Amino acid sequence: MKTFSIHIVIAIALSYLFFDYSSLLPYNAATALLVFLVFILLLWLSAVFYHPSYFRKLPKAMAFLFFFLKEMFVANIKIAYEIITPRYRMQPTVVALPLSARTDVEITLLAAMITLTPGTLSLDVSDDKKILWVHVLYLEEGGAEEIVQKLKWGFERRLLELTT
Amino acid sequence: MTSEPDYLLLREIVSSCFILLGTLFMLIATIGLLRFPDFYIRMSAITKGATLGVGLILLGMAIYFNQADMLLKVIVIITFTFITAPVAAHVIARTAMYNNVPFWKETRLEAFREYLKKYLGKNSEEEVKD
Repeated sequence: MKTFSIHIVIAIALSYLFFDYSSLLPYNAATALLVFLVFILLLWLSAVFYHPSYFRKLPKAMAFLFFFLKEMFVANIKIAYEIITPRYRMQPTVVALPLSARTDVEITLLAAMITLTPGTLSLDVSDDKKILWVHVLYLEEGGAEEIVQKLKWGFERRLLELTT
Repeated sequence: MTSEPDYLLLREIVSSCFILLGTLFMLIATIGLLRFPDFYIRMSAITKGATLGVGLILLGMAIYFNQADMLLKVIVIITFTFITAPVAAHVIARTAMYNNVPFWKETRLEAFREYLKKYLGKNSEEEVKD
């Protein structure tokens, strides 16, 4: 995380300098983004020498980000469909998600991501930080157990791979 | 004459699509806020709709203006919205739960009822049933 922040700052500074001292490319948002991404890529490749775990984790983090955005978009369309069709097809349930995440940061991120995925809203964390209560709008065929497995293997596993 | 594509028009069309999609999501989320049966389902509908809507509208704006610093600011704003909105939703839902805001009558609460009883005391039982 620290390395990533430092890399972002360096890449912004470098792209700024690039557009200041050369006029190879026209200056607009698309080319600026392109140059910035190229610098991030170069810095990421250089990380193999001094920070191997960062080198391994960044592609996974990007994949996770895209997985999350896709999930969010698809489920938003689902809930929009539920809103504009007259009958309710939902079956709200409160399920208990047993947490493997231990630190506060991991639990916060997981709860925030569960809230942003439509159909699920995190309600409360138990005092011993072992259970996250999640309000789910749709039950699939497998019932509550299915939802818990999906959240656990979809979000929590990927999140823990990044933070540990 | 026709060999040069009209980039301004293209940008306007693409950014309009993003902004319209964003407002559409927000509109649908607001309709959901009005017609869903209980507090928690409304919370779930409005948080996501608003977050995604704001994200899409800002993205459309960044594409329209097509400047690097604008894009940077838009990305920063979207990141902060995505971090803060669910935390606010979580706090509101948790407060509602501790204040006995009733669930919809078809909500399945079997596992949750024990936990609620433990924290809210005996008198909450009949209110939670609703």
